[in-house]
Amino acid sequence: MRVSVFKWRSLLTPTLSRHLGLALAAFIVLLVLSSQIGAYDDYNLAAIAIFVIATTGLNLLTGVNGQLSLGHGALMAVGAYSTSLLLRGHDLPLILVLPASLTAAALVGAVFGVAAARLRGPYLAGATLALAVGLPQIATRYSHVFGGEEGLTVAPQVAPAWLGADFPPERWIAWIAIAAALITMVLLGNLLQSSVGRRFKAVRDHEAAAALAGINVARTQVVAFVVSAACAGLAGSLFAYWSGLTAPSGFGVALSLQLVSAIVIGGLGSLSGAVWGSIVLVFVPALTGGMASSLNLPSAVGNNLPLLIYGAVLVVAMLLVPYGIDGGLRRLFALARARWAGAASNHKGVVDWDDPAGG
Amino acid sequence: MQRFVVLTLNGLTEGSIYAAMALALVMIWRATQVVNFAQGAMAMFTTYLALFSLENGAPYWLAFVIALGCGFALGAVVERVLVRPVENKPPLNVVILTLGVLLVLEALAPMLFGGQIRSFPAAFSIVGLRLGSLQVPFSGFDLFTLVSVLVVMGLLLLLFQRTDLGLRMRAAAFNPEVSRLLGIRVGRMLTLGWALASVVGALAGLLIAPSLLLYPTYMDQVLVFGFTGAILGGLDSPPGAVVGGLVMGFALSYVGGYLGSDLETVGALVILIAVLMVRPRGLLAWRAQRVV
Amino acid sequence: MNIQINQMTTAMSRIAIGCAVALLAACGQSTSTANTASAPGITASEIKIGSTQPLTGPAAPGYSEIAPAANAYFQYVNAHGGVFGRKITYDYLDDGYNPTTTSSATRKLVLQDKVFAMFNALGTPTHLAVVDYLNTEKVPDLFVASGCNCWNDPSTHPYTFGWQTDYTIEGKILGQYINQSLSGKKVGYFYQNDEFGLDGVKGLDQQLTSVASRQNYVPTNTNVTPQISALQASGAQVVVSFSIPAFTALALLTAAKLHYNPIWVVSNVGSDVPTLTGLLTKFSNGAVGGQLLTGMVTDAYLPLVTDASNPWIALFKHIQPTPWDGNVLYGMAAAYTFVQAIKAAGQNPTRAGLVHALETTKLTGGPGLAPYGYSSSNHLGFLGVQVAKIGADGSATTVGPVYTSSDSGPINQYSGTPATPPSNGIPS
Repeated sequence: MRVSVFKWRSLLTPTLSRHLGLALAAFIVLLVLSSQIGAYDDYNLAAIAIFVIATTGLNLLTGVNGQLSLGHGALMAVGAYSTSLLLRGHDLPLILVLPASLTAAALVGAVFGVAAARLRGPYLAGATLALAVGLPQIATRYSHVFGGEEGLTVAPQVAPAWLGADFPPERWIAWIAIAAALITMVLLGNLLQSSVGRRFKAVRDHEAAAALAGINVARTQVVAFVVSAACAGLAGSLFAYWSGLTAPSGFGVALSLQLVSAIVIGGLGSLSGAVWGSIVLVFVPALTGGMASSLNLPSAVGNNLPLLIYGAVLVVAMLLVPYGIDGGLRRLFALARARWAGAASNHKGVVDWDDPAGG
Repeated sequence: MQRFVVLTLNGLTEGSIYAAMALALVMIWRATQVVNFAQGAMAMFTTYLALFSLENGAPYWLAFVIALGCGFALGAVVERVLVRPVENKPPLNVVILTLGVLLVLEALAPMLFGGQIRSFPAAFSIVGLRLGSLQVPFSGFDLFTLVSVLVVMGLLLLLFQRTDLGLRMRAAAFNPEVSRLLGIRVGRMLTLGWALASVVGALAGLLIAPSLLLYPTYMDQVLVFGFTGAILGGLDSPPGAVVGGLVMGFALSYVGGYLGSDLETVGALVILIAVLMVRPRGLLAWRAQRVV
Repeated sequence: MNIQINQMTTAMSRIAIGCAVALLAACGQSTSTANTASAPGITASEIKIGSTQPLTGPAAPGYSEIAPAANAYFQYVNAHGGVFGRKITYDYLDDGYNPTTTSSATRKLVLQDKVFAMFNALGTPTHLAVVDYLNTEKVPDLFVASGCNCWNDPSTHPYTFGWQTDYTIEGKILGQYINQSLSGKKVGYFYQNDEFGLDGVKGLDQQLTSVASRQNYVPTNTNVTPQISALQASGAQVVVSFSIPAFTALALLTAAKLHYNPIWVVSNVGSDVPTLTGLLTKFSNGAVGGQLLTGMVTDAYLPLVTDASNPWIALFKHIQPTPWDGNVLYGMAAAYTFVQAIKAAGQNPTRAGLVHALETTKLTGGPGLAPYGYSSSNHLGFLGVQVAKIGADGSATTVGPVYTSSDSGPINQYSGTPATPPSNGIPS
C-alpha cells in the first residue's frame, strides 16, 4: 500500500500564510465594499459567494481532476435539505449547521464518487445528470420528511445586535457567505499546491501514466469527488439560509448545468475562474431580469428575452473566449507584458492555451 | 394482467421515442464525440415549424417532411457554424455550447410561435385499436411510432453498413487524419452525420408531440431519458441506443405503474447506476476503450 | 344597511380628514388634496407594484399570460386617469417557477426597485420562499396567485392576502356536488402531487366517504398512462381531477386511448375551456376532438370565460381581445381587485393603510361569483365557487347556486347577486 491519498496536512502547506494573507485582505475589502452598496447588491454578493463555494469545488473535480459532474445541484440539495431538517424545530447555531450539512453532502458524495470512479466521459456525465434529475424527486415522494413540493422554510440569519438594529440581514448573510467562500478558496488553493493536487492533475492528464507513477487512480477520483461534494454541501447549506426555502424546484437540472457553465465560462481548473463564472451566473440574469415588463415588447418576446440573452452569452463565450474569462485575461496580460517587453523577444507572452489552469 | 399489458405497451411506445432520441445522440457522438444537449430543443423547434406549416394550410405529411427537412438543415448548420469552431477546444466547451443552443431555441420558440401549450396532430388515430371485440390500449399511432423508429434504424444500418457514403462517414468519425489522406472530405461527412442525426431527433419530436403536447420545454424530459438510454446501451452503439431507449421505456412504465409515478426519475437513476456498475460503458459496448 | 355603513364611513372619514387638516395646519403644510409620496413606491404620479411570475420554463405556458393581462388592465386604468391621478407601474419579474429565483427577484423588487406592494405573485413553493421576508419588511403582499390556504394566516403573515378560492373549499363543494348529483357512482381521484392537489383532496375527503383509487402525478412527468389505467382498473365511474390544464388534456387523451369514459370532474385551474379546446380539437384525426370535454363538470369563482354576454367578460375582452382564455381573465380580474383595494386605501396610501383598508373596507362589487372574504381575521379572497358543466358546443353553463365555505366549516348557499362592472370599467 502506498501513501494515503489524502493527508490533512496537505491543506496546510507553506503557501498557506500567503493565501491566508490574501484572503484576509480580500475579506476586508469585501466587507468595506458590502457596507457601501445597497441591500439588494449585498444579496447578490452573497449569491456570488455561495456559487463561488460550489463552483470552486466543482472546478476542482472537473477542471483539475477531469471528472465531469452534471449533478452538483443535487449535492447542493443534500446540503440545503440537511440544513432545513436540522433547523426544523431546533434553533441550532449556524456554526454547527454548516459543518453538519457539509458532512452530509460529503457522505453522499463518497457513495456516488465510488460509483463515479468507474465511469468516464459521457458515461459519468449521464450518471451525474440522472442524479440531478432523480435525487430532488425523493423530496416529493417522502413529503412528510422533506415537505414535498412546497419544501421546508428556513428562517434568515439575523445579524448580531452589536452591528446595530438597522444592519440589513442581506449584508449579514453576505458576510457569512464571503467568509465561507474565502476559507474554502484558501483550503482548496493549498490543496491544489500540495501533492494531493498534483495527483488530481496527474490523473486528469493521463490515467495510465498516473497509475504507473504509483497513484491510486480510483481513490484519487473518489477523494476529489468527496472534497467537491463537501463544497457543494456547504454552498447548499448557505443557499438554504440565503433563499429562505429548500424545495425540489430550486434544485432542478438547470442548477447543475448552471454550475458547469459557470466554471467553463469562468475558466476551467483555476480558482479565479470559479469566481468569474459565479459573477456571470448571478449578474447576467439580474441585469436582464427586468426586461419583461420594462421594455415595451409583446409579452411572448419580452418574457423570453432574458433567457435568449443568457443562452446567447453561453454560445458566444464558447466561441470567443474558449478558455473562459480567466484564460482570456491571462492572454490579455500576456499580450500586454509582451508589448511592454518590446518586440525583441517574440515568443514571450505566448500563453500556453492548453493549460490555462497551470500557473 | 390487464394492467401489466397496459404498462408493457405503454413502455414500448415511450421506449421507442427514447430509442429514437438515443439514436440521434449516438450518431452525433460517433461522428464528433459530442453529447448534443440541444438535440431535444432542436426537435422541439422543428416540430413547431411543422405546426406552423399545418396552420398555414400544409397537409399533415407535407408538414411532417418539412420538419424532417428543417431538422436536417438545423443539424448541419449547428455543426458547421457553431460546433466546428470549438472542435479543438477543451471538450467541455461544446457541452456548454449545446446548452446555450438549447436555451436560445427554448427562448426563440415562444417568441416566434407563442408561449401557450399547443396540441399537435397525430398521423393516425390515438384511440386504442380494436381487434374483433377486444380493445387493446395500443393505438394506430403507437404502431406507426414503433414502426417508423424501427424503419429509421434499419435505414441507418443499411447506410452505415452497406453504402459507400456510410463507410466514408464511419471512417471520417473514426479516424479523421487517415480519412483525409484517403481523400474523404471529413468535414462534410461530420456535418452530414449531424444533419442525419437531427432528422432522427426531429422524427422523435413529431412522434411524441401528440401525446406530450407541444410547448418549449416538452422535449427536455425526452432528451434526459433518451440520453440515459443511450448511456445505458452504450454511446458507441446504435443498436445499443435502441435497446437502451426501450429498456428506459419499459423500466419507467413499470416503476411508474407499480411503485408510483413520483419514483420514475429515481428509478431511472437506480437502473442506470446499477447497469453502469456492471458495464461501465453500457450494455452493448464492444469496442476497445477509447481515450477521450 | 349599506347606506348606514356609507354614512358611517363618510362620518368617520370627515372626522379623519378634519384631524388631518388640523394636523397639517399645525405643521404649516399645504392642503390635504395633493398627491404626496406617502410610501415607498408611491410618488405624486406613480404607484409601483411588483410581482414574480413564471415567464419561462415548464410552468410558463399559460401562466405567463397572467401578468401581461393584469398589466393590460392597469394600462387601461392609467389611460383613463389612473388611481387618484397616479399611474400604476407593474414591474413583474421572471422566476421560472424556481423558489431560489423568486427569493432574489423579490428582493430586487423590494430593495432596489422599491415597489409599494407585491401583487399576484404566482405559485405556492415560489411564494412560500418569500412570504416571511415580505411580512418582515412589512410589504403588502396582495392576492397571491395560488389557492393554497397558507396565505390566510393573518396572525403570522398580516401583510399577505390570498385571492382565488382556496383548493380545499373547492374540493368540498365539488365533493358535495358528486354526493348530490352523481351518487352511487364509484369515484377516483387524479391529482397533482403538491399542495394544489393535496389541498383539493383534503376538501374532497371531507365530503366523499369511499374512494376507489387515488392516483397522483408529478408535473415533470408527462406519461400518465400508469395512473389512468389504474383508475380504469379500479372501476371508477367518476374521476375528480385536481390537475393543471396540460395534465387534464393528457388525462383525457390517455383515457381515450384506453377506451375509458368516466365522468370528469375537474377543478377550476385545470378546466379552462379555451385552453382545453385548443389542446384537444387538433386530435380530430383520432375522432376524439373537443367532444371529449362534453359533460365535464367543473367550478368557477369568476364569470365563465366562454360567456361572452357576461358584462365582466365583455369588459375584459374589450381591453384585450386576444389572447383570450382563463389565464387572461384571471390576471385582469385580479388587477381589478387590486385597483379596488388601492382606491380603498385612500388618496395617499401607506403600506399599513392598504392592509388596513382591505381588512376593514369590506370590498364588494368585484368580478367574483362568490363574495370576497377579507377581514381582519380572514385573508382569503373569494369564499366559494359555483359548479358548472361543459356542454356539447364547448361552452360552460353554471349548475345550481354559488356555495361558500371555509376549510373546516359547513357549506352554505350564497344568495347575493353578482355585481356588474361600472360603465367605465374602473372601480369607483
